[in-house]
Amino acid sequence: MNLFCIGISHHTANVETRERYAGACSEEAVRSAMGCREALLLTTCNRVEVYGSAEKPIAIEDVLQLLQRCGADEIENANAFYRHDGEACAEHLFRVVAGLDSMVIGETEILGQVKKAYEKARASASAGPLLHRLFQRAFRAAKQVRSNTDITRGAVSVGSVAVDLAVKIFGDLRECSVLVLGAGETSERTARALNSRGVTDIRVSNRSPERGQILAELINGRAVSFENWTEQCREIDILISSTSAAEPLVTPQLLAPMLRSRPDRPLFIIDIAVPRDVAPDVNDMEGVYLYDIDSLQSIAEQSLALRRQQISAAEKIIAEHVADFAARFGGRTSVSPPLNTRALTSES
Amino acid sequence: MDRQFILLSTLCYLGAIAHTLATFRDGIFRPRRFNFFAIALGFVFQSAFLYLRGHALGRCPITNLFEVFVFLAWSLALIYLLIGPAYRLSLMGAFTAPLVLLLQTFALLAPIDVRHPVRVAVNPWLEFHASISMIAYGAFALACVAGVMYLVQERQLKTHQLHSIFYHLPPLTNLFSALTRLLWLGFALYTAGLVSGFFTGEPLPRFKMICAFAVWIFYGTILQGRHLHRVAPRRIAALCILAFTAAVSVLWAINFVSETRPT
Repeated sequence: MNLFCIGISHHTANVETRERYAGACSEEAVRSAMGCREALLLTTCNRVEVYGSAEKPIAIEDVLQLLQRCGADEIENANAFYRHDGEACAEHLFRVVAGLDSMVIGETEILGQVKKAYEKARASASAGPLLHRLFQRAFRAAKQVRSNTDITRGAVSVGSVAVDLAVKIFGDLRECSVLVLGAGETSERTARALNSRGVTDIRVSNRSPERGQILAELINGRAVSFENWTEQCREIDILISSTSAAEPLVTPQLLAPMLRSRPDRPLFIIDIAVPRDVAPDVNDMEGVYLYDIDSLQSIAEQSLALRRQQISAAEKIIAEHVADFAARFGGRTSVSPPLNTRALTSES
Repeated sequence: MDRQFILLSTLCYLGAIAHTLATFRDGIFRPRRFNFFAIALGFVFQSAFLYLRGHALGRCPITNLFEVFVFLAWSLALIYLLIGPAYRLSLMGAFTAPLVLLLQTFALLAPIDVRHPVRVAVNPWLEFHASISMIAYGAFALACVAGVMYLVQERQLKTHQLHSIFYHLPPLTNLFSALTRLLWLGFALYTAGLVSGFFTGEPLPRFKMICAFAVWIFYGTILQGRHLHRVAPRRIAALCILAFTAAVSVLWAINFVSETRPT
């Protein structure tokens, strides 16, 4: 039995090319047209891949022709397709499911997408015993990678970094109050992210009350007068600021009297404005944690760097799973192209 | 003979620390079951020592500084094992193990395991006073550990330098809440220990009284500052470390002064 994967991903083609093949054909079509015993289609925004097992080796050209027959545009991107056979196919899938092949290393969404694709193929009886074992092993490998390495640690976008920091300061965010100062796009995204983590008390204060009201409705918050925003500061735990003020609005002099009444309650300030709304020396105040756009981005980059550091540890785990999978099912995944080839079209 | 149990226990704590350092070297600082079980095994050996020594002495084994340090380390491990998992303070074990290791290494190396020549009659109030005070010290020690964790986490948040450990340490507010509870627990036990001291029927040395009340007032002041929201959490965390350092020094001083008259 030949286990193979043929596909196209963000590594080999841009989105315009990839989208031509997304949803171009079904698993049944792959099985019937190419004589595969088992087939599974994995379609995400970053990849379109066909996993299958067949008695005889399947050529990339056959898959391309099938995609063409199924309605994709004229095949002109043959060199963007890659194929992996046998052990290399298992290794590729394990890397994909563990998030090592993703655009953002360590992202976990791919695991859900692969599980969904697998469930669909199983429901339609396209996935048989070999693909079942392959994918179950892939899920196990991904779980082990996630729990034994820091590959998924840390947020990699400004909004999620802000939420992570808020959680590390306050723990449970449901009791937190948030003031959004200025109705910018990043503020909206950050407030939405906080809302999704349980924050219900969100107040929006904007120079233009109409825009403030619109944003408040969008994020399930309430609009408060811009003239009274300093009063709101006494009650809130998180301040998201993104006004277009030329001078800092929040200074130590302004905050000091407010903080005196709440010495044991932290204040987390997210300053997304450029020029900054909050004077940098506010961070020196007791119990105040100030993050501007640069520091948030820097943390996102640190997280990515931390994830990259974990790649070798993750690959070690994957290699163990691949070896074990090959040892158990090696005879059933034998390939015509040499074992261990992870060939791109140009190499195969 | 019974000291070998403390040696084994110390090796368990050393193992927990070595494991933590190894994971730290790999760039992954995460809570593992290994730490919890190593501390639990260390606790079993400590308990075995205390049982054997207590059996040999016919009383609670707090008759010299060696036993006092072991009892303190045992109390610390006990409260960690009871409270650490309950509050999901995932990395507390990694911070607790070095403190226990320090206490026991000192106890093993220093020539302080001196048997008292005279067998003292058993006084239940005295036993209660001494043991409950030691357990209070265990709670204060764990509050000190929580204080260190708080300061580490707070420092990272202030400086924006987030290391791997940041993602595994509990949130600031959770740490502070655990620290406050440990302080209250320690204070309540210590107060019970102090009060029971008056029922022992033994003469109360002035130096011992002054030291004991100084520790009580120190912790009382910290709790008062916390209760009235007068002191910032970071300062309370720092004060917990300072107070525990002072309390251990006082314990030593008390033992040193009353060396000829074991409690």
